[in-house]
Amino acid sequence: MNQAEKRQLEILACKSRIGAIIGTFNAKSGHPGGSLSAADMFTYLYFKEMNIDPERPDWADRDRFVLSKGHCCPSLYATLALKGYFDWKELEMLRHVGAMLQGHPDMKGTPGIDMSSGSLGQGVSAACGMALAAKMDKKDYRVYTVLGDGECEEGEVWEAAMFAGHHNLDNLTVIVDCNGLQIDGTTAEVGGVEPLDTKFESFGFDTVIINGHDFDAIEGAMAKAKASDKPFAVIMKTVKGKGVSFMENEVGWHGKATNAEEYKIAIAELEKQLRELEA
Amino acid sequence: MAEIITKATRESFGEALCEMAEHNPDIVVLDADLSAATKTSIFAAAYPERFIDCGIAEANMVGVAAGLATTGKIPVAASFAMFATGRAFEQIRNSVAYPNLNVKIAGSHAGISTGEDGATHQCLEDIGIMRTIPGMVVLNPADHWEMKAATKAALEYEGPVYIRLGRLAVDSFNDPETYEFHWGKGITLREGTDVTVIATGLCVLESLKAVDELIAEGKSVRLINIHTIKPIDRDIIIKAAKETGRIITVEEHNVIGGLADAVCEVTSAECPVPVRRIGVYDQFGYSGPAKELLDIFGLTAPNIKKVILEELDK
Repeated sequence: MNQAEKRQLEILACKSRIGAIIGTFNAKSGHPGGSLSAADMFTYLYFKEMNIDPERPDWADRDRFVLSKGHCCPSLYATLALKGYFDWKELEMLRHVGAMLQGHPDMKGTPGIDMSSGSLGQGVSAACGMALAAKMDKKDYRVYTVLGDGECEEGEVWEAAMFAGHHNLDNLTVIVDCNGLQIDGTTAEVGGVEPLDTKFESFGFDTVIINGHDFDAIEGAMAKAKASDKPFAVIMKTVKGKGVSFMENEVGWHGKATNAEEYKIAIAELEKQLRELEA
Repeated sequence: MAEIITKATRESFGEALCEMAEHNPDIVVLDADLSAATKTSIFAAAYPERFIDCGIAEANMVGVAAGLATTGKIPVAASFAMFATGRAFEQIRNSVAYPNLNVKIAGSHAGISTGEDGATHQCLEDIGIMRTIPGMVVLNPADHWEMKAATKAALEYEGPVYIRLGRLAVDSFNDPETYEFHWGKGITLREGTDVTVIATGLCVLESLKAVDELIAEGKSVRLINIHTIKPIDRDIIIKAAKETGRIITVEEHNVIGGLADAVCEVTSAECPVPVRRIGVYDQFGYSGPAKELLDIFGLTAPNIKKVILEELDK
């Protein structure tokens, strides 16, 4: 991609981070850390990669996306709002009674959400079902799913990986957001999920390890995924809390919202980044 | 009198899947390495391109079924009742029922009549587990004809359904010429005024034998077959409570969570009457031939008759 295009994606990703902070602040709860680590990937998928139409969220031949790590929906919601699925103002109602935007993704209530999720480990299975349906119907849509590295401790992830490999779902791209942190500490301390690339390879995937905040790297990974004749896993190394200095690599920011003071600082930092990108 | 067909309801289910699949290309069937036992093998032989063996991985199977359903397919995911509703409970709750996806869960080898495999495979909790999930329909057909009709109805219904299948071959008692399956409606098999027996699954035939003996002996006993445990037929239960003043429930399930509770939920709110519960009293089963176990646990005609007489004497 050219520099202008890359800059545009960086701007959108910064805006989706701002949306995640606005949403969780107004909700007085939620998960900013993982929302910020995955924001660049959401932006790339919705603005560059996927064949979708916000005017027709139920279009039968669209590419599908499953957020298996459903708690990171605040930045996904912001990305969907930026893409035009619904109004940005909805973010201020995140997690409120009667809100369109639930604490975890709800496919029945939110345009653009292809699968309800939130209970970790289940999204890859659903993505496999969607990818298999495309194969059965001889359709060429692709299916993408993002899961957490901590989430890979769930056994169902590997049941699904075995299924994808066995059925050779080469239309499936599994993206692991490796920010290295989970609620109780580092993934290395808590669950020992690494190495992830060789694990997925042993289940029949092609894999690549990239920097999940580098749009050129993401573009390269997606090109490889499409060229592969196997299911594909993108192991993306990320920074949890990316973009907000006091959240970066801090385990405590997994599942708590900013207070008023922290909110001001976080928004100021992100808006400064936005101004620099737009300059 | 219609010809008696002796067949396990799992087999009737497998046949019904094939009959429906012929006219509906969206029907797909998933199994977790138990197709020979759940009888989805009948479907697999007829429609191999629409059969997905997921291996011994029930949680993933249900998730894959959910994903298939989002694209408009009608997936039927089958395993033993224990693993389908127990192992994959949370996938059914969160990936199927919460988004109200059109997935049918079939649980075979339900109840004590699973027999020799013993406690780990004798699921006595599935109705209770499935009944607590919002929006989940729970079906427990009693014989060959009812299972075929219920399977067809489940496939025509848009939304999540749990259907309970038995391993043991049982005699049919319904007449295909006159039998009608009505979603959520109980069937009054015998009219009576002094007590009502409400039975489900293979216990319906055993109750029928007991009730017919008592009717021949001059007693007035009503018998209701409940094939749809959720949503339950409130009207038929309230009417029975009002008119007979006494109810006996009969099920091959823990008395906690299943038909007994479903009936009591209605009577306690609408017309409190004594409800005597025949079922498994909060214990695990054990190995043995199915018919022997059914006798031991009091789920066959002799004990049902004894209990009815006790209730009539009160």
